[in-house]
Amino acid sequence: MLEIKDLHVSVDGKEILKGLSLSVDKGKTHAIMGPNGSGKSTLSYVLAGRDGYEITGGRIVFEGEDLTEMDPEERAAKGVFLAFQYPVEIPGVPNSTFLKEAVNAIRRFRGEEEMDAIKVMKMLREKTKALGMSDEMLKRAVNVGFSGGEKKRNEVLQMAVLEPKLAILDETDSGLDIDALKIVADGVNRLRSPERSALVITHYQRLLDYIVPDKVHVLAKGRIQVTGGKELALELEKKGYAEFVEEAA
Amino acid sequence: MTSALSFLQDPAIDGRALPGAGLGWMDARRRAGLAEFERLGLPTQRLESWKYTKLRPLMDTLYGTAGTAAAPAVGPVPSVAGGEGPRAVFVNGRLDKGLSRFAGLPDGVRFGPLEAALADDAAWVEARLGAVAGDAEQAMLALNTAMMDSGFVLHVPKGVEVARPIEVVYLSGMTDTPSAYFPRNLIVLEENSRAVLVKHHTGGGVGAYFANAVTEIDVGAGASLKHYKVQAETLYATHISTLHARVGRAATFESFCLSVGGLLSRTEATVRLVGEGAEASVNGAYLMRGSEHCDNTTLVDMAVPHTTCRETFKGVLDDESRAVFQGKIIVREGAQKADGRQLSKTLLLSNMAEIDAKPELEIYADDVQCAHGATSGQLDETSLFYLRSRGIPEALARNMLVQSFLGDALDTISEDAVRDAFAEHIRHWLPAHCYLAG
Repeated sequence: MLEIKDLHVSVDGKEILKGLSLSVDKGKTHAIMGPNGSGKSTLSYVLAGRDGYEITGGRIVFEGEDLTEMDPEERAAKGVFLAFQYPVEIPGVPNSTFLKEAVNAIRRFRGEEEMDAIKVMKMLREKTKALGMSDEMLKRAVNVGFSGGEKKRNEVLQMAVLEPKLAILDETDSGLDIDALKIVADGVNRLRSPERSALVITHYQRLLDYIVPDKVHVLAKGRIQVTGGKELALELEKKGYAEFVEEAA
Repeated sequence: MTSALSFLQDPAIDGRALPGAGLGWMDARRRAGLAEFERLGLPTQRLESWKYTKLRPLMDTLYGTAGTAAAPAVGPVPSVAGGEGPRAVFVNGRLDKGLSRFAGLPDGVRFGPLEAALADDAAWVEARLGAVAGDAEQAMLALNTAMMDSGFVLHVPKGVEVARPIEVVYLSGMTDTPSAYFPRNLIVLEENSRAVLVKHHTGGGVGAYFANAVTEIDVGAGASLKHYKVQAETLYATHISTLHARVGRAATFESFCLSVGGLLSRTEATVRLVGEGAEASVNGAYLMRGSEHCDNTTLVDMAVPHTTCRETFKGVLDDESRAVFQGKIIVREGAQKADGRQLSKTLLLSNMAEIDAKPELEIYADDVQCAHGATSGQLDETSLFYLRSRGIPEALARNMLVQSFLGDALDTISEDAVRDAFAEHIRHWLPAHCYLAG
């Protein structure tokens, strides 16, 4: 599904990722844990194609294709989805309009017929209901006036609607209380399937109690320092990141 | 210097062919207007209020006056009312009687061309014309007074409510030679009356035209006027519009000016709140590209206590286009509890675009609430990335963000049909959606 090889990325001339390698198989959920400043957010932005992140070496191969030269919208159409740590507010654009444009843009890209407004609304209502959310969320402007929890739930709703092959969750747990965390995790778990993979990026182990990963990687100093099973997250919870940072130093 | 303006040499300006010709007071006003214009001269950039807008190019084109040529056939007439309802249609600066509809208004409401009002009740026009503009020292007002060649009158008597929007449409530019038009409009709403007016200024063809319009508005005590204007002129148009409004006790004046086209345009509005409880909302949006220039200059004069003013202007500038926002709020001595807010925001889509924003508050009372703000910036990169990361192509994402930016300005329009029609104008202005190749 996703193969990252010896990835080097610089931002404003400063190298953040220094030879990161990672491989995620189809249907698997991997967690990336690491201290602040280790490059976790950089990795998520680079995968989604944000401007300003210069790839100075290495490759990102997704479903056999090199992602690095693709625009963000093209990556989305190929099935990459990034759930933002800080979802953006778009005043005046209703959530439903936003999702309809996104669904149809992706369908156009794939050469599929566009869905009419009625079909899109029906689908949006179903997805909203399945996630235990209110229709009201569809009428409101994208993320405007949403609480922290609502914003994250909206990310999960978007993910449910766009049905990506690879979901990247960037610190989705940040700013959530335990109830909101459970709702968001439940939404993510519903989407797990043998066809879909996920990369769960988090600082804390807590989220991984609810989204149980197949593998855990520790990212520090711009590289994967160690890879293990889900028990690695528990170990980190006890010991902290110090030893990995020092080992790397 | 003013003699360099070609239309001043036009034989038609001796008044014979113009509205009110032969009425002594009208002839005298035209002469006084011309003398005032000669005294003031065409505004230059040395004048504070014209610092950012250059009229000099007007002298380089040989504009004739509207003349008597038969009006060309025109396509669909723009409307927010589905093409029904009362409307005045001016084609190439002249009233098109066939396209206009003056019937169907409540009893006592006068709506028609300036000539008809003069023929019907010259004394009323004499008393009203110039009453609101007063002796404002404005060269373009004086020029209009000298040259006024068309226009409409709307008079709503005390207590009468006109439910459906009244539309005034100017279709210009369908000429072989450059033309100058001087519409003079008079709107009088008596006590506790209500009306909604929508003005469409649009063009066709490739004829250069210069429109120098003046609108005088008197909103009586307890009355409500909604005054909307869309300026979708051609790239050959110079559009100068001067508006004077007087808003009485507990009266409401809601205005919105949408500018989506025109080589050079300036809308200068002076709104005086002269009765306690008077409210004005003076809003607008502009979208410019190429080398278009759009100037919005406003003066809201809060002259008595307990008045309210809301002002929001939002602009989107692409290519080498340029916009000017000069917004002044004056709170007069003793005008306590004045509540004034002004906001100017501009989105620059190109490094070559330019906005000159000059917000000004002049406050001579001590118990007031007044605030203003002016910002300009580019599309938010994070928002753009957010939309694109959901599969929305960049061009479409940009369009969505432009619409999002203008949203709260458009929301100030309280008439749904007008808001929808203006949103459609904005969609029409946006670059065509680009789709990714499959």
